[in-house]
Amino acid sequence: MGAQLRVYKRRIKSVTATKKITKAMEMIAASRVVKAQRKVAASTPYATELTRAVTAVGTGSNTKHPLTTEAETATRAAVLLLTSDRGLAGAFNSNAIKAAEQLTARLEAEGKEVDSYIVGRRGVAHYNFRERTIAKQWSGFTDQPEYADAKTVAGPLIEAIEKDTAEGGVDELHIVYTEFVSMMTQTAVDSRLLPLSLETVTSAAAAAGAEESAKKDEILPLYDFEPSAEDVLDALLPRYVESRIYNALLQSAASKHAATRRAMKSATDNAGDLINNLSRLANAARQAEITQEISEIVGGASALADATAGSDK
Amino acid sequence: MAAELHVELVAADRSVWSGEATLVVARTTSGDIGVMPGHQPLLGVLESGPVTIRTSDGGIVVAAVHGGFISFADNKLSLLAEIAELSDEIDVQRAERAFERAKSEADASAERRADVRLRAVAAR
Repeated sequence: MGAQLRVYKRRIKSVTATKKITKAMEMIAASRVVKAQRKVAASTPYATELTRAVTAVGTGSNTKHPLTTEAETATRAAVLLLTSDRGLAGAFNSNAIKAAEQLTARLEAEGKEVDSYIVGRRGVAHYNFRERTIAKQWSGFTDQPEYADAKTVAGPLIEAIEKDTAEGGVDELHIVYTEFVSMMTQTAVDSRLLPLSLETVTSAAAAAGAEESAKKDEILPLYDFEPSAEDVLDALLPRYVESRIYNALLQSAASKHAATRRAMKSATDNAGDLINNLSRLANAARQAEITQEISEIVGGASALADATAGSDK
Repeated sequence: MAAELHVELVAADRSVWSGEATLVVARTTSGDIGVMPGHQPLLGVLESGPVTIRTSDGGIVVAAVHGGFISFADNKLSLLAEIAELSDEIDVQRAERAFERAKSEADASAERRADVRLRAVAAR
């Protein structure tokens, strides 16, 4: 076998092996998207009911709470960025990081100091490489987040917002995550979690379900609070933040798997194209080799015939 | 038609039970509270404890609820809990084991969780 042909054969073999891997990854991601979507759907009733309750307390009482009142001059803000632990997901992580950087720049332009809280190894690596300080980081659960994970993330954030700004607390909490719009579309979005404004609560309710948005204008009844409005709000708001973070984690996970699926699908398609092209080249090389061998044989035979004809004389 | 109220019992990651009921008893931080149809709108903080739902067909559903909220308005009652289990979902042996382990390790919160589970099963 000629050298050229051997090179092509070897490359075809290696591309085929890679194609098998990307194909498997595509299928795994596809099944995980469905699972993650189901989890998003399963967490929706809780989020919807919780949002209703928060709206009820917010409108039904004149209670002031550090988590709902806006600081007159906000000087520090926390940005929570959700990325994934693994790459191979196209532009998924870079889009989320870009959105976080835009938000950070905007907040800094408003004269606020920004603390970065990051979920996922990719985001952490990005910030470490640029030697930026990370207030807190988490990783290891981004593929299949549980409610307990959302709690561990929410804990320090709620602590930071309850602290005074002078002691290193923050006035605002923003979250950047990738919203799962559909299998084909995922967009990086940022939103302000705290301080809570009622418009964002209602729009969150609208996002939580079409049915809820239809009822958005309903007048909420006057609630009786047990034990008191302050206590209810105290207990309610951390849960609300947790549930929003949980929802963001789940959407991020679903988006990541969808992005992986798409990236791996195009990798598989490209590998297929590459194999086709390489096989054509290999065929041409084989044909050239055969042609060369034939002409060598023919040339050799005729040279031999000429030589014997000459010696006969 | 007997007066009924609609109950939604939801945990953080799933909807646990929903249906019509005539009476719901839950434990709030200031004591047990019973909600019947037509109750005044209410929003309360729940303690760990069993929640008893008397369904409109006369049956009783008991669930172990670990922290959360109760909210009632327009004859719709929502029970929100981070963790909620129906009594027939609870593995009694496992809960007993967890109870013993928590006791020996003096883990108060785990002990209370296991205790709530066992009481929910006992109330069934």
